[in-house]
Amino acid sequence: MMNSNSEFMVDAQGVRKSFGAHEVLKGITLTVAHGEVMCLVGPSGSGKSTFLRCINHLEVVNGGRLLVDGDLIGYRERGDTLFELKASEASLQRRGIGMVFQKFNLFPHLTALENVIEAPIRVKKLAKDVAVARGKELLTRVGLEAKFDAYPAHLSGGQQQRVAIARALAMDPKLMLFDEPTSALDPELVGEVLDVMRELAQSGMTMIVVTHEMGFAREVADSLVFMDDGLVIETGKPADVLLNPTHERTKAFLSKVL
Amino acid sequence: MQNSDQNAGPGDTSGLRSDISADVIRATALRHPWRNLISVALLVFLGAFLYDASHREIYDWPTYKQYLFNDRVLSGVVVTLELTAYAMVIAILLGIVLAVMRQSPNPVLKSLAWSFIWFFRGTPVYVQLVFWGLLSTVYPSITFGIPHVGNIATIPSINNLSLFVLAVIGLALNEAAYMAEIVRAGLLSVDRGQEEAAKALGMGWGLSMRRIIIPQAMRIIIPPTGNEVISMLKTTSLVTAIPLTIDLYMATRDISANTYKPVPLLLVASTWYLVFTSVLMVLQYFLEKRFARGYAQMGLEANSLALEGQGGG
Repeated sequence: MMNSNSEFMVDAQGVRKSFGAHEVLKGITLTVAHGEVMCLVGPSGSGKSTFLRCINHLEVVNGGRLLVDGDLIGYRERGDTLFELKASEASLQRRGIGMVFQKFNLFPHLTALENVIEAPIRVKKLAKDVAVARGKELLTRVGLEAKFDAYPAHLSGGQQQRVAIARALAMDPKLMLFDEPTSALDPELVGEVLDVMRELAQSGMTMIVVTHEMGFAREVADSLVFMDDGLVIETGKPADVLLNPTHERTKAFLSKVL
Repeated sequence: MQNSDQNAGPGDTSGLRSDISADVIRATALRHPWRNLISVALLVFLGAFLYDASHREIYDWPTYKQYLFNDRVLSGVVVTLELTAYAMVIAILLGIVLAVMRQSPNPVLKSLAWSFIWFFRGTPVYVQLVFWGLLSTVYPSITFGIPHVGNIATIPSINNLSLFVLAVIGLALNEAAYMAEIVRAGLLSVDRGQEEAAKALGMGWGLSMRRIIIPQAMRIIIPPTGNEVISMLKTTSLVTAIPLTIDLYMATRDISANTYKPVPLLLVASTWYLVFTSVLMVLQYFLEKRFARGYAQMGLEANSLALEGQGGG
C-alpha cells in the first residue's frame, strides 16, 4: 500500500444516479485500495460507465457518498448540509484523476505532443520546457517516440489511445479511469493498448477499468466487480468470479462473453 | 489486348494474370468537340465585349483614369474600409456573446439572444440604418436635442463623427445576428467528447473554450465569416440611409453629380470594391489553411497507415 491521507483511494457508499425518471445507479457500494487495479464488467446499460464518470464528476451524483482519496466528489459537507462545488473547485478535484475514453477524444487540432503538454502548461502552469521533456518521456513510455509531431488523424486507433493515456498521465494523477479503452479499436490494435495498461498497473497506479477484455481482467486486475442493472452483483478476485461465479446473473453474462 | 489470349491459356487454372499490369493502354483519348466549340464561342464573345467596352464612349476611360486615384475617392475607400473593419470586429464579438447566450441554461439570456437575432435578421439592413439615422429624433435626449432629422446631413462638419459611429453601430448590430448563427453552428460542430476530455484534464470552461473548442469551431466558422466580411464591404454602400455620405460609393456619386458622368465613376467604385474583396479572398484562403491543421491531410491517413502496416509486416 502506498502512502496516503485516506484508507481507500475510492470509497463509494450507496451511490445513486438518475437521468430524469430513469435510475441508472441504484446504490453502488465498493472500495478501491491504493494501488489496486479494479475491472468493472457487466452488460451494456448496467451503469458501469456512468459510475466511472461519477468518480471524476463528469456526472453529478444524486445520492450516497463518493470519496476519492478522502475528498467528497462534487460537494462540500458542512454540518449535515451538502453544498455543490463551484466549477473551478470541481476542476481542481479532476486534476488528480486521469480519464481515458472509449473514443480517445484527442484534440484533433494539436499534435500528439501538444495534446500531452496542453493541460500541464495551461492548468498546472508547468514551464514549457519542463512539460515538453515530460511529455516526450511519457510518449516514449507508451511506445510513440517516433510520433511526437503527428496529428491524431495520422495515427491508428491504438496509437491514438496510447497518446490519450500519456495525456492523462501528464497530469500526474493518483487514480486512472479507463472507460472501455479498447472497445473502439480494431482487434489487432487491442494488444498494444492493453500492454501499456499492464505496464501502468505494474508500476503501482490505482486503476479502475471498465472493460470487456476478460483475459486482461484475469491477468492484471486485483479485483473484479460485476455490475448489472445499476447494482453491484458480485465482487472478488478475478479468477474466482470468472471461474466460479456464485450469482445467476453473473453466470448468464459470463456464459455469453467467455 | 491481343496478348491476353496467350496469357490466359487453357491450362491456366490459377485465374491469376500477374502480367496484366504490364499491358499499358494506348487508346485514343475520347474527344470533346462540343466542349471545345463552346469554349471558343465564349472566348470570342468575351473578347468582343472587352474590345467594345474599351472603345465605348459612355465608359469614358479617360475620366475613369482621372478619378481612380482622386483624393475624395481615396478617402471614401478609407471610410469604407474603416466601416467594414469596425462593424465586423464588433459583430464577431457580439456574435460570440449571442451564440454563447443561446446555449446558456438561463432561459432569460436564451430568449433575449433569440429575440435579438429574430429582430435584426428579420428586418432589412437599409431600414435599420434609416432608423439609426433617426436615433436623434426618436431619442432626442441623448443627442443634444437636434429637432429635425434633415438638418443632420446639412451640417456634416459637426456631425460627421456621430454619423460614422451610428453607421458602425447599425451595420454591426445587423451583422451580429448573422455572426451569432455562424458561431453557434461552429460550436455545435465540435464533438461533445472534446469538452469532456478538457474537463477531465482539469480545464475550466473558459480555458477549454479558448484552447480546445473555439480553435476547432474556427474551421467551420471561417469560410462563412469570410463571406460575411466581403458582404459587409459592399453593404457599407447603404450607409447613405443614415445618411453618411463620405464612403466610397457616395464619394463617387457626389463627383458624378458634378461631372454628369455617372458611368466611369461607377466603374471607379466597382474597381475599388473588387480590389478589396480580392484581397479578402486571399486572406481567407490562408486563414482556412491555418485552422485546417490536423484535418487538411486527413486524406493521407489511409496511405500513411498502409505504409506503416507494410513496414511492420
